[in-house]
Amino acid sequence: MPGSGWLARWPVIRQLKGEDPRGSAARSARTDALRPRTERADTVARSVCPYCAVGCGQLVYVEDGRVTQIEGDPDSPISRGRLCPKGSASKQLVTHPGRQTRVLYRRPHGTEWEPLDLDAAMEMIADRVVRTRRETWEQTCEGKVVRRTMGIAGLGGATLDNEENYLMKKLYTALGAIQIENQARI
Amino acid sequence: MAECHPVGFQWVMEAKARGAKVFHVDPRFTRTSAMADRYLPIRAGSDIVLLGALINHVLDNGLDFRAYVLAYTNAATIVSEDFRDTEDLDGLFSGWDPDTATYAPRSWAYAATGEQPPAEHAEGGRRHAEAAGPETYGAGGAAAHPSPRTDPTLTHPRCVYQILKRHFARYTPELVERLCGIPGAAFAELAEAVTANSGRERTTAWVYSVGWTQHTVGAQYIRTAAILQLLLGNVGRPGGGIMALRGHASIQGSTDIPTLFNILPGYLAMPHAHRHEDLEHYLEREGGETGFWGNRRSYLVSLLKAWWGEAATEDNDYCFGHLPRLTGDHGHYTTVMGQIDGTVKGYFVIGENPAVGSSGGRAQRLGLANLDWLVVRDLTLVETATFWRDGPELETGEMRTEDIGTEVFFLPAASHVEKEGTFTNTQRLLQWREKALDPPGDCRSDLWFYYHLGRLVRRRLSDDEIDRPPRELTWDYPVHGAHREPSAEAVLREINGVGPDGRALSSSTQLRPDGSTACGCWIYCGVYADEVNQAARRRPRGEQDVVAPEWGWAWPANRRILYNRASADPEGRPWSERKAYVWWDAERGEWTGHDVPDCEIGKPPDYLPPEGARAQDALAGTDPFIMQSDGKGWLYAPSGLADGPMPAHYEPHESPVANLLYGQRANPARRTYDRPESPYNRPGPLFPYVLTTYRLTEHHTAGGMSRPLAYLAELQPELFCEMDPRLAARLGLGNGDWATIVTSRTVLEARVLVTGRMRPLRVEGRVIHQIGLPYHWGWGGGGLVTGDVVNDLTPLVLDPNVYIQEGKAMTCDVRPGRRPRGRAMLDLLETYRHG
Repeated sequence: MPGSGWLARWPVIRQLKGEDPRGSAARSARTDALRPRTERADTVARSVCPYCAVGCGQLVYVEDGRVTQIEGDPDSPISRGRLCPKGSASKQLVTHPGRQTRVLYRRPHGTEWEPLDLDAAMEMIADRVVRTRRETWEQTCEGKVVRRTMGIAGLGGATLDNEENYLMKKLYTALGAIQIENQARI
Repeated sequence: MAECHPVGFQWVMEAKARGAKVFHVDPRFTRTSAMADRYLPIRAGSDIVLLGALINHVLDNGLDFRAYVLAYTNAATIVSEDFRDTEDLDGLFSGWDPDTATYAPRSWAYAATGEQPPAEHAEGGRRHAEAAGPETYGAGGAAAHPSPRTDPTLTHPRCVYQILKRHFARYTPELVERLCGIPGAAFAELAEAVTANSGRERTTAWVYSVGWTQHTVGAQYIRTAAILQLLLGNVGRPGGGIMALRGHASIQGSTDIPTLFNILPGYLAMPHAHRHEDLEHYLEREGGETGFWGNRRSYLVSLLKAWWGEAATEDNDYCFGHLPRLTGDHGHYTTVMGQIDGTVKGYFVIGENPAVGSSGGRAQRLGLANLDWLVVRDLTLVETATFWRDGPELETGEMRTEDIGTEVFFLPAASHVEKEGTFTNTQRLLQWREKALDPPGDCRSDLWFYYHLGRLVRRRLSDDEIDRPPRELTWDYPVHGAHREPSAEAVLREINGVGPDGRALSSSTQLRPDGSTACGCWIYCGVYADEVNQAARRRPRGEQDVVAPEWGWAWPANRRILYNRASADPEGRPWSERKAYVWWDAERGEWTGHDVPDCEIGKPPDYLPPEGARAQDALAGTDPFIMQSDGKGWLYAPSGLADGPMPAHYEPHESPVANLLYGQRANPARRTYDRPESPYNRPGPLFPYVLTTYRLTEHHTAGGMSRPLAYLAELQPELFCEMDPRLAARLGLGNGDWATIVTSRTVLEARVLVTGRMRPLRVEGRVIHQIGLPYHWGWGGGGLVTGDVVNDLTPLVLDPNVYIQEGKAMTCDVRPGRRPRGRAMLDLLETYRHG
């Protein structure tokens, strides 16, 4: 029987020899060399889970420009480091291959998507906002001044940031668009 | 709560471990039920009967917390002699106009005081709802007389206490058994626990998820809970309250800084053409002069200064005229009808999926198909972006891709880790997220999109008068990085507001009515106090007390429990040592405690307002509800609601049960749409079952953020319908079989889950079967798993206060087997609509 060397260090042998089979005997040199990928992260951002409204703290680990792990933030007095199935899966939310990363355009009556440059899309959308607003401008309604357009509407989700909602409401209101709604109604 | 807010539920379990008794009331047995001490199945849509019976139990047995009720609520207030109750009018309150189907609320007012006539501008009715009346009460109440006539003995027949007592007298345990399906013994145990656990030494909390809001009496559900909690002294105290578990990361923020049609930031009403001609007119008619809402000129003028800067001057009403005016309900569902009718031409859908997530999905898609242009921004190609190539109406032949003229722009969005900004969680807590990395490809934040869209639109403006509001808008934000991302911190600082010296303000009490301060959302004033992003604070929980005031920032003023003045007695002493929270320190002459006191810090408990005082000066030192014009918690709402000053049980719009209480079957003021795109189920035997909808732990709303994820898709791969064994046997269905579910809106199919979790209830002497459907699936959306759209089944009928749809209680039919396809499906639907 080997007294030392690789065979003696082999966990199976150590387990058979009666060392704590699920504890110390199960450890190999490779196990000891393994390090959690969170340790290798270049940066850790303190974030918040984007699903329900509890507001669990998240730690977002980034290595080589990629998200490598998202975990609960143990410092949070709200969540104490815990995440639910959705929060735990949120690394997939930001990295899954089905995520769309390019602008797509469907022309009127078109049957397929077409690619479109982002800057061009922005210019086209701005054109349509200005044109539709002009064409549907309502100065008065039922004898009262209303200064609005009923031609442009918006519906936002409730995972938008406060700062985003603020710019949305500010811009829409200045343009006279009033049919501005949110998941909060639904 | 354990299903949809699992990490929040850990605190319920902590409370249970320390001796709290947990009751769970729900049509469906869930993980919450499994962990509760008692589970009470209830018929969907009957909650006011249960809560009303608890109120009746408290009043009938004199179990209210009398010292709290007398000092802090309007129980003693005398109501106008013109008021008539539902008990008098068989289900209607006084003021009902059958021609317009609305209430004129004047008769609900407090009685005249002699020197003061009854409220001239009593708030309520349709126009009031349109002008955001009820929603402004997210921050404060409607106007009422600040010092009305009272009877502290609570014996005057027209005092609120006696009116409540008469109103709820027929809400008995027997009625609970007959209408809710909850047996008398179970009700008795609940009533005993709730009342025994309330008072000086103990508090009871009610927790609801927003399924409570999705009823034609949704606002009144919550009012009923509020009445019960006020009677028991459970508001403004630790361990008390009514907690809304909202369903999205910043849905509270989306209401505070609203993208909602009828409010401006901080629950200020959008001006209504027929109510608000100019600034003075607006300020006169929106809220009372007393209480903190009496400072609304400061709040509104500061908002206008934040938006129009130098252009906003005293001479031009601070550009009040730049605000567009409402003339009616311009809410989500009415807007969809505008799309179908062709008045709405362009539509922005931002991180939302109405083709799957909104009620009556078919109407949604008919609206989308009739637009000139549509912009969708999301992480994946949600169904709202792709309806023109794969929507269900293509299969039935109702639409052809080539016929759909809608021009569609899909712009990919940055995820929550690829941008910085704040979410406001369900406890009003703002938490700043740091950015972890740049978004990939063309993905951008919505902040980027709106900032640059605004920039491009402003470049196209003319010298025309109609272009003045956007031309004069303040729109200069610092940008950074290769993508020229606007600074979210600069936007947050604008929301916080600045003083005359250009420095960040610390508190909304610094806001001025003269244009010298600017503030984008007055309730968020203080989030950038001392030029520090207070929402980014992350002092670890181990290094601070349980209130954790240095983690994030809660509006208003970093208060963690609202109305916490009520945690002390009228003299300012804690009701008990056990429940001490904030109290008056007579030596230092100020309020102190574990939280930021929700009152003026130096106002002594014995302060009495002088005659003619206004705003907060008009509130006594004992008044905890500082946004209310009388400083009191309202057991009876003399103004502000579209459907009555007190809750009354009405059946859902679609219900298999008659209303045993009143001749008036359903909420008379509910909003209906008489439209062929979304017809209602006819009463009668065609639709014998109650249908309710809900979420699962492993998915999120319309599924755009969960169906594309492999882990979550594998955990919950397929739409299913929960059904009790007796109904399954009657229909010949086994576990895993296919069933077809039918309403007048659509026909869909789901696998059957035969389970005791949905219990048949004995209601009005007969057995009512309820079936349940989770609503996370759709036909595409980048989903790894797909299924029929459950929200296509739900009716377009709304609560009249807040225009939220009744998605939680309706009728349906169930048939064994898979649904027909194509034209055959429409034929089947036709037999249910007209057959």
